[in-house]
Amino acid sequence: MKQDKVISAILLIVALSAISGLALITVFIFKEGLPVILRIGGQQFFLSSKWEPSTGHFGIFSMIVGSMVVTVGAMVIGIIFGLGLAIVLTQFSPPGLAAVIKPTIELLAGIPSVVYGFMGVVTLVPLIREHLGGPGLSVLAASVVLGIMVLPTITSISVDALQAVPRLYFEGSIALGATRWQTTYMVMLKAAKSGIVAAVILGMGRAIGETMAVIMVAGNSLKLPHSILDPVRTLTSNIALEMGYASGDHRQALFATGVTLFVIIMVLNSIALAVSRFRPQRGGVR
Amino acid sequence: MLRNMFRLLSCGAAIALVLLCGSCKNDSQRTVNVVGSTSIQPFAELLAQEYNKKNPVQRIEVQGGGSTAGLQAVTNGLADIGMCSRSLNPDEAQQFSQITLARDGLAIVVNPVNPVKGLTVEQIRGIFSGRIKDWKEVGGQAGPIRLITREEGSGTRESFVHLVMGKENIAHVALTQESNGAVKALVKGDPAAIGYMSLGLVGKELNDVSVDGAEPNAKNVLAGEYKLVRPFLFVTKGTVRPGATKFIDYVLSPEGQKILEAEGLIRAK
Amino acid sequence: MRPSPAVVQRVVVAALWTLAAMTIGVLVFIIIYILAHGLPYLSWGFLTESPESMGRKGGVFPMIVGTLMVAGLAVLIAAPIGVATAIYLTEYTREGKLTAVIRFGADCLSGIPSIIFGLFGFVFFAITLGMGLSVLSGALTLALMVLPTIIRTSEEAIRAVPYAYREVSYGVGSTRWQMVTQVVLRSALPGIGTGVVLSLGRSISETAAVMLTAGSGLQLPHSLLDSSRTLALHFYILSREGISMPNAYATASVLIIAILGLNLLAYWLMRRFVAKVR
Repeated sequence: MKQDKVISAILLIVALSAISGLALITVFIFKEGLPVILRIGGQQFFLSSKWEPSTGHFGIFSMIVGSMVVTVGAMVIGIIFGLGLAIVLTQFSPPGLAAVIKPTIELLAGIPSVVYGFMGVVTLVPLIREHLGGPGLSVLAASVVLGIMVLPTITSISVDALQAVPRLYFEGSIALGATRWQTTYMVMLKAAKSGIVAAVILGMGRAIGETMAVIMVAGNSLKLPHSILDPVRTLTSNIALEMGYASGDHRQALFATGVTLFVIIMVLNSIALAVSRFRPQRGGVR
Repeated sequence: MLRNMFRLLSCGAAIALVLLCGSCKNDSQRTVNVVGSTSIQPFAELLAQEYNKKNPVQRIEVQGGGSTAGLQAVTNGLADIGMCSRSLNPDEAQQFSQITLARDGLAIVVNPVNPVKGLTVEQIRGIFSGRIKDWKEVGGQAGPIRLITREEGSGTRESFVHLVMGKENIAHVALTQESNGAVKALVKGDPAAIGYMSLGLVGKELNDVSVDGAEPNAKNVLAGEYKLVRPFLFVTKGTVRPGATKFIDYVLSPEGQKILEAEGLIRAK
Repeated sequence: MRPSPAVVQRVVVAALWTLAAMTIGVLVFIIIYILAHGLPYLSWGFLTESPESMGRKGGVFPMIVGTLMVAGLAVLIAAPIGVATAIYLTEYTREGKLTAVIRFGADCLSGIPSIIFGLFGFVFFAITLGMGLSVLSGALTLALMVLPTIIRTSEEAIRAVPYAYREVSYGVGSTRWQMVTQVVLRSALPGIGTGVVLSLGRSISETAAVMLTAGSGLQLPHSLLDSSRTLALHFYILSREGISMPNAYATASVLIIAILGLNLLAYWLMRRFVAKVR
């Protein structure tokens, strides 16, 4: 039908502009960032911890380590508390509770990151400084704040994953004499594994990408952290701190940092994709 | 239902169009953008506010970002006036025209409980380069010194490096904060901290130490006794629009200068 | 001697409940802390006045308007384009390598840190295209940021509509467009709506990307090319610079109430439409 063809064409144009807009960003970032990496050499850029733009040194190693350490810390906290909460809500609480708590947690996920960062500065940093030592602005502070920020994501998606496990699995396990906890770790968690892994990876992506809260509590020093009480600078904080005034090579180095982050996210997403393909077969009696 | 969505969308588009047309103003009325140093920002905003009392039509927007960001903004066309809280290097002096609107002392600040009341420039350099690591080496109570510095594009940092550090680098272990206020808050909360910031913004909550025997106040700066002084510059490039020129004139006028002095800055001349 | 499974369960459940209580406790603490410090300073005047003396006095009216303009415009641009793209990808093309690549690309882009969008927006929109620090630069940057998310969530929502609905629609003789708008979209609307509202929430909270695209001007934006400060950025500046803690808390309270309200709206909308479709 002619009307259909017209609409189809319009939709095609819109879709193409959207996709090309997004492709433009990708191309732009790589175009600005790759030349610097190639010029300085991958080894110098990724493995040197000397970041001194005024003398032309662009080594992001301490920031890569910074991002990694802070993210790992955040995931430890996020998984322990987030997954724990999800398990409690789906396996060990009265039926209505999950329906009330889950939306509440999702509401809390909408709080701006600057508010989390602020709370970290006001409550957590002095606590760490006075009771554990160091400047307070530290890997620990950043991990805790980020962990709290990604926790709603992990909880929410894990709850969905656990609730999607067929009731038959649960009933079968109980019928065989297992306790609820045994059922949880032997059956339910295994069945929901791909969803939980997806939740963790999504949370990881969020933690790596967070900027403002980290600037406020991590200390932003250029030295490699030696303990969790040491201050640290992440890749994202580096971009935010310097992008206002960077020009020429310096600005391209920031784009190159963006390329690094881009690639890390792509790798994470590929892993998530691969894991979800190996979804356990939904067998069972119909 | 979809018809309602269409109506909503077309209303939104209409509003957007109206707003877009609002941006078609004639040149003399267009916003004057003042971008740059976070140290100058509060003073520039105060001046803009007072200026608007006399010229309510002219819109002046003051934004932060740091001194070097201000220079960049002027080069990129994002700003009419750049705020720079350090002296320009020879390359920059060739590219830009500069106007000194005031002078500001650079204060070295420590926590109120810190017994150290005075330092020499060599000591400050030693501390910030990481050679002097403990407070007892400079007359304080034993304990590690925690360094607080600004980000690289900051005019305050550049001035500090120029006036104090000389050829030495600030230690990598220093905590980097992105504004005077953040430095102030951190030094206020940490007994072992030392930082540098704009003298005009120190206030009563921190101790600023005397440098080479001179107390940090406006009198000593004017007399030349307190040596850590940096200029507050308004920087422009090429032809400046009349709206911006009029604002600069106001800032340099006796009235503008009086406002700055009342806030703790030192006169340009 | 191994403890019995029943004992193990009791211990584990107690530990899990402790974790859960701590988690919920911390999240609730944050909200209560901010509101307790901020609500006393929140007044009608605060919401309708302009800031004075860099924000030490006065209100946040220009920031509210600025936030609505930047975030609202961003979603206004991204939502139709995103939904249309999702419709095209699901209903008008065949599933294949290309759509898989596009889907992967959209997934990646929705995970890219917002600061990178900010960097792009600053260099491309503000400088190269000459829009300067303005509402328009900010809105376009945020639109690009939320576009992948809207495309993906809309696509998921549309694909969740049972094929039977489409067959029935064709069966009674509708065109493809009629089928899409009157059957598929109507069923997918809760999912699409949730994605759009969540993107709106994300745009409102965003600080890093708007800092250098929409600028930080204190005055009421009169046009799309004026710079403007969003509530989140205002809160960041007030609290970082130590300009006025009461006002900072009040600003944060406005933000939290707005976002909680937005999420509640999304939740309510979803339940209403789910009920309708049933």
